[in-house]
Amino acid sequence: MKPDRQLFSTVRAVRSAVLRACVYLCALLTAGLLLGILGYVLFKGVPHLTWELLSGKPSVIKGTIGILPNIINTLYLIVFTLLVALPLGVGAAIYLTEYATNRKLISVIEFACETLAGLPSILYGLVGMLFFAQMLGFQTSLLAGGCTLVVMILPTIIRTTQESLKTVPEGYRHGSLSLGSGKWHMIRTVVLPCAMDGVVSGCILSVGRILGESAALLFTAGVGTVIATDIISAFQVSGGSLSVALYIYVSERGEFDVGFAIAVLLVVLALIVNTSAKAAKDYFRKRTGVS
Amino acid sequence: MKPKAKIKESAMGALFFVCGAISVVCVLVITVYLIVAGLPAIQEIGIIPFLTGTEWSSTAAEPKFGILPFILTTVWGTLGAALIGVPVGVLTAIYLSKMAPRRMADALRMGVQLLAGIPSVVYGLVGMTILVPGMMQWFNLSNGTCLLAAILVLAVMILPTVVSVSETALDAVPREYEEASMALGATQTETVFQVSLRAAKGGIASGIVLGIGRAVGEAMAVIMVAGNVANMPGLFKSVTFLTTAVAKEMSYASGLQREALFSIALVLFCFVMLMNILLNCVIKKRGTK
Amino acid sequence: MSYIIEAKQLHLYYGSMHALKGIDMNIQERKVTALIGPSGCGKSTFLKTLNRMNDLVEGLRLEGQVLYRGNDIYAPGTDVTQLRKNVGMVFQKPNPFPMSIYDNIAYGPRLHGVRKKSQLDEIVEESLRGAAIWDEVKDRLKKSALGMSGGQQQRLCIARALAVKPDVLLMDEPTSALDPISTAKVEELVTELKNNYTIVLVTHNMQQATRVSDQTAFFLLGELVEFDDTEKIFSMPKEKRTEEYITGRFG
Repeated sequence: MKPDRQLFSTVRAVRSAVLRACVYLCALLTAGLLLGILGYVLFKGVPHLTWELLSGKPSVIKGTIGILPNIINTLYLIVFTLLVALPLGVGAAIYLTEYATNRKLISVIEFACETLAGLPSILYGLVGMLFFAQMLGFQTSLLAGGCTLVVMILPTIIRTTQESLKTVPEGYRHGSLSLGSGKWHMIRTVVLPCAMDGVVSGCILSVGRILGESAALLFTAGVGTVIATDIISAFQVSGGSLSVALYIYVSERGEFDVGFAIAVLLVVLALIVNTSAKAAKDYFRKRTGVS
Repeated sequence: MKPKAKIKESAMGALFFVCGAISVVCVLVITVYLIVAGLPAIQEIGIIPFLTGTEWSSTAAEPKFGILPFILTTVWGTLGAALIGVPVGVLTAIYLSKMAPRRMADALRMGVQLLAGIPSVVYGLVGMTILVPGMMQWFNLSNGTCLLAAILVLAVMILPTVVSVSETALDAVPREYEEASMALGATQTETVFQVSLRAAKGGIASGIVLGIGRAVGEAMAVIMVAGNVANMPGLFKSVTFLTTAVAKEMSYASGLQREALFSIALVLFCFVMLMNILLNCVIKKRGTK
Repeated sequence: MSYIIEAKQLHLYYGSMHALKGIDMNIQERKVTALIGPSGCGKSTFLKTLNRMNDLVEGLRLEGQVLYRGNDIYAPGTDVTQLRKNVGMVFQKPNPFPMSIYDNIAYGPRLHGVRKKSQLDEIVEESLRGAAIWDEVKDRLKKSALGMSGGQQQRLCIARALAVKPDVLLMDEPTSALDPISTAKVEELVTELKNNYTIVLVTHNMQQATRVSDQTAFFLLGELVEFDDTEKIFSMPKEKRTEEYITGRFG
């Protein structure tokens, strides 16, 4: 019995140590992957991230490559998408938490949101092409791309807003209603201000998603690199975002240096998006005093 | 209430209802469009030859539209990515949730979130410039674009999803379970693997399904490393996924070829819906327990 | 007379807080020792030092000695898992694992190397009988433990602690989350268990201390004020502070 005990506790100790080692190894691997990818992209891309590239346009005649049009297109897409999706998404979240009483209807809407959130972006690209570009006659344009993105980020905004609406104490609503305010007035003055954190974090997440999107934009917004003279005409022509441009330069033109330069830009932007998401969270937490 | 205010109230109510209904409308429109656009080619080719045909040569004089290679590639590619990404992800989540010193955990968590935020084209680019030449060298291939390269890229891409969902699940395991296990004489490691992991298995499962969903739908990173030849899957062969078949040919396809691409999209859609249903089952099962 | 557990000049600090101030206490074998005192007096903290469950707390510092059967359990090289096997614990809130009843009981024995099904079956039945719950659950051993009532869950947790064949059983307010009937069952169980086990019981309920314990220790602000036979403590306490507490003047 005695040596048996001894042996078994050794086995136990070894097993624990091995499992522990696996855990540390995997954590190390994850950290290594992150640092490796970041380091590699920065190392390869930073030298090529020149002012000429950032401020120039591509021209076959002059033989120049510039990504200014792509930067502008990306900005347009972000602004347009948020302007359209934000009211729709926040409205839907308000409907779900404040108005809807029919449990079945709520679960149908929530299921629809989950479905939208889970669809691959290539499918968005296809349907966006069929519906916005062809059926509604937008052609391959920033407008068609923006509309597609609106549908894509809608679930994100609905979910984050809904989550923070749920945390608004019921007492606030009753307090406002008991003072004789109407429902919409109550929502506008009491509920929405308390749910700003969800709206803001939804926006930030959406910006991240738009920055990274390529498959959905390839067939809807296209790959154009023309700088339009005014906003209206900008949305009528095809325009490639930064991610799409990366794909095109690398896959179709073999310009790896330009690709890496854009990758640096995208990674830095992703970093900014993440940091601001965290900062916003901390800010709102501090302000509402909820820990 | 004044009549004017009353009208305003009900107008706002109606407006919010419309907003709420939009997502449902979107899902319906997407579904209808995919079915309407996808069915004609399937009808013309025939569902059996379409799904089980092993040859895809859409631009040949006598075109063949069999998408079995794409389906199998997607299945194997996704499973392969899960096989690598899930253990690494779950163990990393264990580290973050149960073993890491707080500062270390915060830093690594930020890092994982950043991994999630890196655009897929960047993963594709890195895969293209490191993995593809690497494959040629390590395995002595003439062409480095292959299923294995795609699997590795996808494994990295599903990692953040698996890590963060699993970590949330592990964090939610009541401390009492762990205390009880320690009080019976278990070491911390035994406690984590035998109690915490079991208690969090529902959440971890949904993380895995979400990650797999992401892998099934990924197009741009894969298109850059998989080679895009309609081969039956093999680790070292150039292959085409369902997603990349669509993305690759859509820009120049016409006629029946174009319709067949929509049919592929329909098949992909069915795949994803299946994953959604699976996910819902996982979540429901957790709810009833 | 030798004691199964002896605390010698035990001081304990959480960061800058001095949570236990020089405790000297000897616990007798096969007796029920109750620890009473107002919230935050250190009685639970003291209990957790006896099987080193306090190790999990960050920033904890300890001076003095705790001897279990003559060995200092805080000496370097102590096998903490073996200690916790010998000195089991039952918590305030019933905390069965989210597994079947059978797996809950078998968890400990499996951990300590019992693999044979027949042997496990035996331990499970024995432990459940020991915790007086066998008859209630014998037909649903494979069902989830989370479906049981609170009182049953707590007795299951006691059975789970018994399954690793401990020597001492520490109970941290084991009935505070239970209804009166379940409480009575657990109390009855405790008086039966003392034939085979040494029990140290933290309780808020002074009636409970008088009903089940042989000895009672009164803690206040991290000090052991008085420690004596339960009868003496409750009939003629030596200390004024003890008297004030048990007559309900504070706490």
